[in-house]
This record gives sequence, C-alpha cells and structure tokens, in this order.
Amino acid sequence: MVPIVQGLLGALTYRGSEGQWAWLLHRLSGIGVLLFLALHILDIFLLGLGPGVFDELLFIYKAPPFRVMEVFLIFGVLYHAINGIRIMIIDFWPQSTLVQRTLFRVELVIVAIIFIPAAIAMLAPIFRG
Amino acid sequence: MQVTLRIKRFNPEADTQSHFENYQVEVEPTDRVLDALQTVKWYQDGTLTLRRSCAHGICGSDAMLINGRNRLACKVLIRDLGNKIQIEPMRGFRVLKDLVVDMEPFFAKYRQVMPYLVNNDPVPQTERLQSPEEHERFEDTTKCILCAACTTACPSYWSNHEFLGPAAIVQGHRFIFDSRDQLKSERLAVLNDMTGVWRCRTIFNCVEACPRGIDVTKAIGEVKKAILFGKT
Repeated sequence: MVPIVQGLLGALTYRGSEGQWAWLLHRLSGIGVLLFLALHILDIFLLGLGPGVFDELLFIYKAPPFRVMEVFLIFGVLYHAINGIRIMIIDFWPQSTLVQRTLFRVELVIVAIIFIPAAIAMLAPIFRG
Repeated sequence: MQVTLRIKRFNPEADTQSHFENYQVEVEPTDRVLDALQTVKWYQDGTLTLRRSCAHGICGSDAMLINGRNRLACKVLIRDLGNKIQIEPMRGFRVLKDLVVDMEPFFAKYRQVMPYLVNNDPVPQTERLQSPEEHERFEDTTKCILCAACTTACPSYWSNHEFLGPAAIVQGHRFIFDSRDQLKSERLAVLNDMTGVWRCRTIFNCVEACPRGIDVTKAIGEVKKAILFGKT
C-alpha cells in the first residue's frame, strides 16, 4: 500500500482525539483546494481559445451543484488557513501544546463564525430560484 | 464480571494473515487488561504470546493497541473499557507472533540520537552538578520508558518508517537540553535530517498515547526551535 494512504487509513481507524482529526481534515482540505486550483488553471487556460468558448463553459460554474461545491471550497480554504495558523502557533510557542485542545476548539468557532454567513450568502440564490 | 477479549492473533509458522479470536474471561472490574490476557494464556490458550516484564508500568514491555488506542496493558483497568475489549499489536512494526512485534527498528532509531551523556571535560572528584532550574529543562523527557506507544501511534511514522519517531526525539531532547552534555550540535544535526523533527505534524497522538504523561509534542517543538534559532 502507498505509505501516505497507509497513514491516512491508519488515522481513520486509530482512536486519536482533536489533534488527529485536525490533521486529517487539514490534509483532506489541502487536497481539495489543490484539485480546485487545477480546475481553475484549466478554465483560465480555456480563455486562450477565445471568449466564446470561455463564456460557453461558464454554465458549469453557474449550476447549483457547483455552487454547493464552492461552499465546500470556502470551507476548505478557510479551515486550511486557520488550522495552518494554529500549527504555526504550536510550532513557534511549544508552551501552547498544553492548551492544544482549547486552541482547536477556538479555531472551530472562528471557522464557523466566518463560514456559516458565507455559506448562507452563497446558497441563498439557489433557494430563491 | 465477564468480558470478551477480541485478540488479534498471528502464528508465523501456520498463518499467512493475522485474524481475530474471541475469549471469554471472568475478571474483577479493578483488574488490568494484562490480568485478563494472563488469564487467557494461563487457563485457556497457552499459545497466546505477549511481552510483559515488570507488570507495573515501568519496564514498557506491554504496550499494545487496546480498543483502538495505544496503552500499556498493565496500566489500563477493565472497568474503564467495558466488557468488550479489542487487543492488537502496535502498528508500524513487523509482528513476530500475536502481540509481540519486532522492536529492533525502534531501538536502531533510539541509538541514532546517541542516548548517553557525552562530556569530555576532566572527570571531576564529585558529581557533575547542575541547578534545579537546569534540570527542569529536560525533567519531563527523562520519564520515557521506551515502550514505543508514541511512535506506533504516530500517523507520520505509519506513512514513513524512516522517520525517527517521537520516542527517539524525546530521548534526543533529554540530552540536548542537559547543561552537562557536550554533543548537542551532533544530536541536533541528526534531528534536523529529512527523517528528523520536521516530519512531526503536531498530531498529538503521541501525547495521548504516552503512559508516562510526557508532553511529547512540546519536547519536539523545543527541538525544532533549538534547530531553527540555535539556542538550547
């Protein structure tokens, strides 16, 4: 088995706590954001084929399922960024490991405060029709 | 009370793959998992193989995966687990038989950090003294019993067996921050390698697993900072 997959699968079956889930979500959100970035590079590349082709393909981004995926994207970027700050705090102030659970909970609150209104604003047009 | 032990078994002479076997054992709630395992070995199935030595949480022989978490079998009480207990060998090491794993790669990494005091000054008449404050810098990491519970709970280690692992870094920390030691730069060089401290992703599984309550991630963080800023 590919070692990195071994690590991820191991984490799914080991009963770790906050730190392990924070790490797993960090990895998954990182992969998700990377995939979206690849897609974005591809669609910008299509602009080279002329504005007509680009406009033609924009319907994909306007479709409701894609809007839902964009909500996931916002969550991924937001979580990855704020969790990254948490990791930096732990790396540069090792004393903070003593309150690592609290740090993770504070992080989740910050993510929720920004993400929930953003998600509502993004999904509202779908429900308005 | 009656408990069911679900034990992962592997006999290298007969099995190609490991499998689980169930055992019903009569135990007291205040018994430890080790007592239940010994009851199985002594009265039900003598082929069950496990390591244990002192049985009092000091020698570090009986670390294993108990209900999904790395624990010392001699320190976990049955009443804290309920009546269904799953026991597996530690992850990331080759299983020799049942719950016994090959610890040699673990000790090879331990030796890499040179876990002994190096001081080339003339041997003094009395002890090499240090202040309580100087000792306090590495007091926490002197508690390690080399049970490997931390290293085998670490997803970074599962992904990359070249990684020195939390236990070896803890041992390095114990000497790097010792005011009497004179081999700090060599130790820091070992830990600054691709397989050293930078593989730590601050996942905290090691801290959760340590039966001695060592704040492993803090120790690793201190080594990272010592490498980065050159201060011990």
